[in-house]
Amino acid sequence: MSRILIIAEHDGETLNPSTAKALTGASGLGISDIDVAVFAADPAGVAEQAAKLEGVTRVLSIAGEDFAHALAARLAPEIKALADDYSHILAPSTTFGKDVLPRAAALIGVNQVSDIQEVIDARTFKRPIYAGNAIVTVKVAEDQPVVATIRTASFAAAGEGGSAEIESRDAQGSDPGHTRFVKLEGGGGEGPDLASAPVVVSGGRAMGSSEGFDIIYSLAKKLNAAVGASRAAVDAGYVPNELQVGQTGKIIAPDLYFAIGISGAIQHLTGIKDAGTIVAINKDPEAPIFEVADLGLVGDLFEIVPALEKAV
Amino acid sequence: MKILVTLKRVVDYNVRVRVKSDGSGVETDGVKMSINPFDEIALEEALRIKERGEAEEVIVASIGGNEVQQQLRTGLAMGADRAIQVDAETPVQPLTAARIFLELVKKEEPGIVFLGKQAIDDDCNQTGQMLAALWDRPQATFASKVEIADGTATVAREVDAGLEYIEVDLPAVMTSDLRLNEPRFVKLPEIMKAKRKPLETLSLDDLGVERAADIEMTTFEPPPKRGGGKIVESVEALVSELKAKGLL
Ligand SMILES: Cc1cc2nc3c(=O)[nH]c(=O)nc-3n(C[C@H](O)[C@H](O)[C@H](O)COP(=O)(O)OP(=O)(O)OC[C@H]3O[C@@H](n4cnc5c(N)ncnc54)[C@H](O)[C@@H]3O)c2cc1C
Ligand SMILES: Nc1ncnc2c1ncn2[C@@H]1O[C@H](COP(=O)(O)O)[C@@H](O)[C@H]1O
Repeated sequence: MSRILIIAEHDGETLNPSTAKALTGASGLGISDIDVAVFAADPAGVAEQAAKLEGVTRVLSIAGEDFAHALAARLAPEIKALADDYSHILAPSTTFGKDVLPRAAALIGVNQVSDIQEVIDARTFKRPIYAGNAIVTVKVAEDQPVVATIRTASFAAAGEGGSAEIESRDAQGSDPGHTRFVKLEGGGGEGPDLASAPVVVSGGRAMGSSEGFDIIYSLAKKLNAAVGASRAAVDAGYVPNELQVGQTGKIIAPDLYFAIGISGAIQHLTGIKDAGTIVAINKDPEAPIFEVADLGLVGDLFEIVPALEKAV
Repeated sequence: MKILVTLKRVVDYNVRVRVKSDGSGVETDGVKMSINPFDEIALEEALRIKERGEAEEVIVASIGGNEVQQQLRTGLAMGADRAIQVDAETPVQPLTAARIFLELVKKEEPGIVFLGKQAIDDDCNQTGQMLAALWDRPQATFASKVEIADGTATVAREVDAGLEYIEVDLPAVMTSDLRLNEPRFVKLPEIMKAKRKPLETLSLDDLGVERAADIEMTTFEPPPKRGGGKIVESVEALVSELKAKGLL
């Protein structure tokens, strides 16, 4: 039996684009049956969005008041309850997938393949290790289900045009009660979403302050780009944590990436190695960022960035 | 309350890791090894919780050959009270690590098990979640703030959408994110003192743990190099290059 289950990521109303990217990764497995599971307080809307994705066979719509927030302790046993019917259980490698899927894998009794970046065949994958300094090919034994997260930056989102059937299922377990959602503090910033924006403008420690970051926001607005940051800029409190790009922040693959006042530490580069074109602006001609940048401009960013904004 | 902190010995984060030319692994000979940075942060948080009077004992544990005693001693020098080495000749993957930690949990009955959110060698980001599953207890992953009161902990988690706050009943598993704290530096007298702190060694047999089936790693390769870049001399030149590429 070969059948894939993808755990949908959503916010209760909208399917996250990470799900459509995981779907593209899944379609490379050569398995035609692909189900998507939507766990939500009221899954109807999200299930409909999932059913439209090209390549989905069936959407499992599982309603439960206690699915209002994606708590791993609640969701993992539900995933385990579905597992017997599937050879592959996948989720996007976002903080959602990273939190919930290993918990499900342990209940199923297998190790997880984290961050698949390339599918070789249904059981053989490539994934990055050592912050992307090495790529390892891994093989899951024939007698085990594949439980894996898909590195979203490596796959384009699947298109729409499908019309999968939607099947309602009952939740199997109940809320263990020991884990309670309190609140979400989101930047909720305007502008495009960092994870999927075609153009991203990032600033680093060199911005010096949150006011200093204004020129980054301003350039981003002009380019209709999302704003990102290095860890140093986030740690210094110039911008909120969800803007961090890199090994421990967001892994992104925009068509165009601006690294402004960012030195190019390996942990930062991990987050952008799939970017189409990287532009670096840095006053230090020896900065490592220039080794990976497609286009570099050496100079003071506080002069260059406003000039660039005028010129575009 | 006891806190159990796991410390993995990994290639230091400053080392530029290279893949062996025959593709059999990465070069680790003569390379600087350290405590996984996330684990150091987990330990720092545990020590702060103890220093606030909310825990009595901090135990550090590591799985690996005798060389991991180095990292355990560093953990003791940072301020942990005692250490456990679980002897394993070959590296363990997350499910086996979680099974081992579960046995330590049964022995020690900690109120919190603090792990790093990910080991910077395998970058798996699984072990804490797996331990929480096997233990059937709450998990608070990617923690950037922890507050403890009356048998519960409120944890701010770094998620893609921002900061998510959850409340968990103790005992619970937590995994650290980078902004949780800045680990302290170890002082020389502490290193001397750490030599006398207890370090116990247990085997997988002692703990009755069976290894889970590993995911086979067949070949290692360096990442594809990005093509050499071009330095432009002016903002105008940059703009025209971007226009030529159809990006503006
Ligand atoms: C386990 C671990 C995980 C990590 N994860 C991440 C991660 O996910 N993302 C991340 O970004 N980092 C991460 N880091 C941190 C990383 O190692 C670097 O410390 C960080 O990326 C540095 O940020 P930066 O480039 O902004 O700062 P710096 O390295 O200080 O660089 C600032 C740059 O600005 C330039 N500059 C200064 N003034 C000007 C000016 N006026 N005009 C032009 N240029 C100027 C300087 O020449 C310099 O190159 C991680 C570290 C560890 C240990
Ligand atoms: N061999 C080990 N020894 C000690 N701790 C470990 C070991 N393996 C995993 N861990 C812990 O589990 C965390 C997550 O590891 P991983 O799931 O491999 O990314 C690490 O940060 C450690 O805290």
